[in-house]
Amino acid sequence: MAEITLVQAVTQALAHEMQADPRVIVYGEDVGINGGVFRATEGLQERFGSARVLDTPLAETMIAGIAVGMAVQGLRPVAEFQFMGFIYPALDHILSHAGRFRNRTRGRLSCPIVYRAPYGGGIHAPEHHSESTEALFAHIPGLRLVVPSSPARAYGLLLAAIRDPDPVIFLEPKRIYRAVRQEVPDSGQALPLDCAFVLREGSDITLIAWGAALKETLEAAELLAADGIQAEVIDPATLKPLDIHTIIDSLEKTHCCVVIHEAARFCGLGAEVVAQINEYAFDLLEAPVQRVTGYDTVMPYYQLEAEYLPGVARIVAAVKEVRDYAKGRGL
Amino acid sequence: MHKPRMQPLASFDIASLQYLDERGQTTQTLPDFATPDSLIAHYRQMSLARMVDGRAVKMQRTGQLGTYPSSLGQEAIGVGVGAAMGEEDVYCPNYRETGALLERGVAIEEIYAIWGGDERGQNFRHAREDLPLSVPIATQILHGAGVAFALKYKNAHLNEPARVAVASGGDGATSRGDFYEAINLAGDWKLPLVVVINNNQWAISLPRSEQTACKTLAQKAIAAGIPGLQVDGNDVIAVRQAVSDAVVLARNGGGPSLIEAVSYRLCDHTTADDASRYQSEETLRAAWSREPLVRLRTYLDGAGLWGDNQEEELQRELTQILEQGVRNYRETPRDAATAMFDHLYATLPEAFLEQYQQLQGGD
Repeated sequence: MAEITLVQAVTQALAHEMQADPRVIVYGEDVGINGGVFRATEGLQERFGSARVLDTPLAETMIAGIAVGMAVQGLRPVAEFQFMGFIYPALDHILSHAGRFRNRTRGRLSCPIVYRAPYGGGIHAPEHHSESTEALFAHIPGLRLVVPSSPARAYGLLLAAIRDPDPVIFLEPKRIYRAVRQEVPDSGQALPLDCAFVLREGSDITLIAWGAALKETLEAAELLAADGIQAEVIDPATLKPLDIHTIIDSLEKTHCCVVIHEAARFCGLGAEVVAQINEYAFDLLEAPVQRVTGYDTVMPYYQLEAEYLPGVARIVAAVKEVRDYAKGRGL
Repeated sequence: MHKPRMQPLASFDIASLQYLDERGQTTQTLPDFATPDSLIAHYRQMSLARMVDGRAVKMQRTGQLGTYPSSLGQEAIGVGVGAAMGEEDVYCPNYRETGALLERGVAIEEIYAIWGGDERGQNFRHAREDLPLSVPIATQILHGAGVAFALKYKNAHLNEPARVAVASGGDGATSRGDFYEAINLAGDWKLPLVVVINNNQWAISLPRSEQTACKTLAQKAIAAGIPGLQVDGNDVIAVRQAVSDAVVLARNGGGPSLIEAVSYRLCDHTTADDASRYQSEETLRAAWSREPLVRLRTYLDGAGLWGDNQEEELQRELTQILEQGVRNYRETPRDAATAMFDHLYATLPEAFLEQYQQLQGGD
């Protein structure tokens, strides 16, 4: 079996579900003949026709809004935004409507929508192309927020997202769209939502990261292992609702934690993770949880993006600080 | 000074439609649907809408309802739109549409529940596929475009019957990108969508004259490449005819239409507003002389189809219906506190179980 990239796994999942379910409609800007700016929908229009794979006029509010109408009529729209930085005009429909229809109508109407967007920095894109503002969506009731970090998880989680009866924001870490190849059988097997994945087991510290930041986090874990520190690495994958149990189970072993994300720190998701750890697992901690994040700045143009993104050195330094604190307490 | 020579490339007209003028006189031969029975039925529904509306304002004043947006003066639009739609079509309403909701079969107590702060009011018992009322402006027109796409897709590919989406909005809605993005897409994709703009002359305190430099709102259709028509929104016959034509066109694959129905908001924006701050008494008085109920009643009287006896009987019948609706609303027990989680997701995620149990304890 050929190995495929994360973006190819997205295409594979879309194709599988379009084949299986005639209600699945894929649309967005340039997703048709062009196959999407990142080629996530490559070949789909050729295979499924222009009635199901549609290029839209350039209007993100519209892209988000029509999904609501399609979904309440029983279709399964999968809408692509070209970049997360372009999603802001669409927020009104995602936050004010998609996330609320089920509740507002007391279950009469629901919005089984997947809003897909490539997100994050590190690909030398222009301004407004590299944001990582997932916390905006995580804060909003009624939404699910899913971020895959490998080809296999992209395939399995996207299938789950399309089959989910509620709206899902599916953010694809574009920096690692083509960084890793994996064999991903086209089995139609979905992965569970609302469930964290332990990517690496360890007993000394828990590292929590998602999306592209897992690349540096796993590299840091390797470096730390050479120094005798065994890091457990957790990918929450579904950022909302958050599977705090897997994190707490890990803290039972490690008693130390660092959260890594490339979004700005203030009110970033790391803050929620730390708050929940404090609520449910304070007694397990031997040191305060540290965050390694992007800065509370505008995402810089690409000449400075390496300084902005949390790199291996910052993660290793934070881990050592946490470990030193714990040792200093003599625990 | 040099004046460049230019050739006209395209030109457009905007038509208007009216059957009954301000004095209740016919201005042209009435359409076939305008039988005595159907006109009386429209008069009845408009009267009911006005009563339901008036009681809502009173109930707000006595603390039995929250903020309520009256549709006093716009009864002909709601009833005309509702009557023109097929039961199987899908209505995507804005928030000021009591008349259309009643015509669609939404119960009086459901309308009161919505404004009485109970989401169960949007769980329409008799309009299961209609969208809930939209408080944000113009968003429902985009949802209507999505519904129209789904209906067209299901008709073409899943062997479902041809159906139409009808979305309504106020004059203020035409200033929003959502409105334009919806009609632009609907034109491009030839969607079975009818957009009805309820031009009641006011977006809260902003008059229609300051909403846009356009002479008509109907002409906004031209930019989207779709038909646009202005109708007298105080003439239920004109509204029904125009919407009906647009629905038939859409159902037969002819694509979307935009209809501007010109009426007047004879009330405050909502019960939390005081329109006397921004509109003159003269304007309001003049608007009352064009209002839709008296106009149709005058016509019916003149045609020998109506009289004081029928009016009294109708008022008695509608009062009973209204009182039953009020009772049903008042007697509905409060929703369970846990309902706010019950309908948030199809299945409650484990992450929210603790909060759910907290609410259960507080019940």
